[in-house]
Amino acid sequence: MPSGDEVTRELSDPHQGPGPFFLGLLYRLRDQDVAVGPTEALALAAALRAGAHDDSVRGFYYAARATLIHHEGHLDAFDRAFLAEYGDLDWDTSLTEQLREWLDEQSGRLDDLPENAEMPDVAELLEMFEQRKREQQERHDGGPYWIGTGGKSPLGQAGTAAQGLSTGSSGGGRAAIRIADMRSYRPYRSDVTLDIRQMEVALRRLRAFVREGAHDELDIEATIDETARNAGEIEVVTRPPSRPDTHVVLMIDVGGSMFPYSQLMSQLFSATKKATHFKELRTFYFHNCVYGKVYGTDRFTEPVWVHDLLRECGPHYKLIMVGDAFMAPYELGQAGPWSATDATRVPGIEWLRILTDHFRDAVWLNPEPLSRWSGTTIEEVGRVFEMFPLTTEGLTEAMAHLNRGTPARRG
Amino acid sequence: MEFTGTEAYLTNPALEAAVRCSLVLEKPLLVRGEPGTGKTLLAEAVAQALGMPLITWHVKSTTRAQEGLYHYDTVQRLYDSRFGDHDVRDIREYIHMGALGRAFQSPERVVLLIDEIDKADIEFPNDLLHELDRMRFTVMETGDEVSASHRPVVIITSNAEKELPDAFLRRCIFHYIDFPDRELMARIVDVHHPGLDRSLLDHALTAFFAVRGMDRIRKPPSTSELVDWIAMLQTAGADSVELDEATPFLGTLLKKEQDMQAFVSQVSGRRRF
Repeated sequence: MPSGDEVTRELSDPHQGPGPFFLGLLYRLRDQDVAVGPTEALALAAALRAGAHDDSVRGFYYAARATLIHHEGHLDAFDRAFLAEYGDLDWDTSLTEQLREWLDEQSGRLDDLPENAEMPDVAELLEMFEQRKREQQERHDGGPYWIGTGGKSPLGQAGTAAQGLSTGSSGGGRAAIRIADMRSYRPYRSDVTLDIRQMEVALRRLRAFVREGAHDELDIEATIDETARNAGEIEVVTRPPSRPDTHVVLMIDVGGSMFPYSQLMSQLFSATKKATHFKELRTFYFHNCVYGKVYGTDRFTEPVWVHDLLRECGPHYKLIMVGDAFMAPYELGQAGPWSATDATRVPGIEWLRILTDHFRDAVWLNPEPLSRWSGTTIEEVGRVFEMFPLTTEGLTEAMAHLNRGTPARRG
Repeated sequence: MEFTGTEAYLTNPALEAAVRCSLVLEKPLLVRGEPGTGKTLLAEAVAQALGMPLITWHVKSTTRAQEGLYHYDTVQRLYDSRFGDHDVRDIREYIHMGALGRAFQSPERVVLLIDEIDKADIEFPNDLLHELDRMRFTVMETGDEVSASHRPVVIITSNAEKELPDAFLRRCIFHYIDFPDRELMARIVDVHHPGLDRSLLDHALTAFFAVRGMDRIRKPPSTSELVDWIAMLQTAGADSVELDEATPFLGTLLKKEQDMQAFVSQVSGRRRF
């Protein structure tokens, strides 16, 4: 463990030395898509300089976790990175001696750790841990394997307890490798929820407010104006509170070709459901293309005639279609199977036009990668609907499009 | 300055390290975890252990960032102007500090608890970034700057359910409070019910963790429910408890009708769908 000054020097001058010894940990986290960067590195360096690690491997593990990780979904990634990086350190020994030696040994390796360093993938890493673990067990039994301790038994070195690390029930003597190896945060890994928030924020762009209802909010500006006009006699002016005024119709394709995107769909769905700024949200389902009817459930029950829907929902509703728009060309060009009972016999593409003609603001969100759009029915649907890829950026653009030129409807 | 818990608040090395990092780096400590894992109590324990006053800001769904800074009481000023028994020329008389404002103005270092930050609007945490970074803000009406002479120890709690903005997260020291394991839970119960009959404790804990592990329980009981339940069992003079349809005071553990039904169907061995 270098002193605080050493850490700083190494941080500020990366060419001189190998960089702070914990850089490897950061890159292992980055490899697992945990966004750690200079902010976290500096925070950890400052924490170590201030002695927050209490001069022990255990303390270092906790201090690094508290400063580098910001979400319980990343705790498991941290355990894995820590294992990979420090799997052969003993939990209960003092850092000082070991890490200094270890640093020397590692310096060569840290040197070739630029951003584009080739890191083994997760499977390889896991294999590496396993191997190291076996190795450690064997050599541990056999004698002092520990790097840099120069013959001192690391187990005899357990000086951390005296530092006030009242570990209590946590059980002394457990190796770091085994603690991290418990991987107790595996259940918190959630690659899903991390993105729902971004979707929610994008959906927020559809905010619009209108004042309606009982006059129960004090209008301070108007009250002051009126009071002044009234020669100082208080004249209270009230107004109705501001309420959300966005109406949304959401139509989701639950066709067979949408199956690969079901997780993305449920993310979007929960983000829309959570959006409290919609005055009204109506969700419908369709299969591949809209023909005459849409459905209230994803099992195609509770049918609603499109014409009835258009009567109920005025042009000020914002229409969001979600689907891959990928189908056999005849599905777009010909009337749907239900049209036998529908005198109009309108082909799919016409139904889509009916929708865009009715709703002033309409977008189509497509989970298919952009590269697959051209030369398919996606292109054709894209001529009717403004189409956006279902990514965070695409969603944001789509919401901006829905708001374009349509100020909040008053009254 | 070292935090190692208090008599009533048990910690572990991970939590102590997080508090330590937060103290030395002077960054807010964000504490997340299931309901009932003692997130809010942590702030009280830290304040008590470090001998600092505690200022609490309970966030609600309607809370706006501005309220934490200060509030300008226009209505009172208007009212006073009418009766002329106050000097309404001094606008400062009508500026009231919010929790953040009071924490900044305090002559000594304080612990500031921002409780349940996830309850407010989704943009709320972002609105506080600047103030929490710089520990200062300006009162628009007077141009006065309120800045902290001692950076408060900021502890922020959030339920595990909601996501917070990345920019906000990056500025915080993070700690996730795990649900206590059986051993820790026994110690926690011991703090609340010293000298509890061992066999009752054993039975209750077994039952408690069995209920938590059941399928289809929407709101699993947490620490406070267990402590209450044991209090009820003690009062009734029970010395053991079994999980069956006649488990006493089950309503203390399970608060939802559906959970009750799920429980009954599972202890009686019949699975309903």
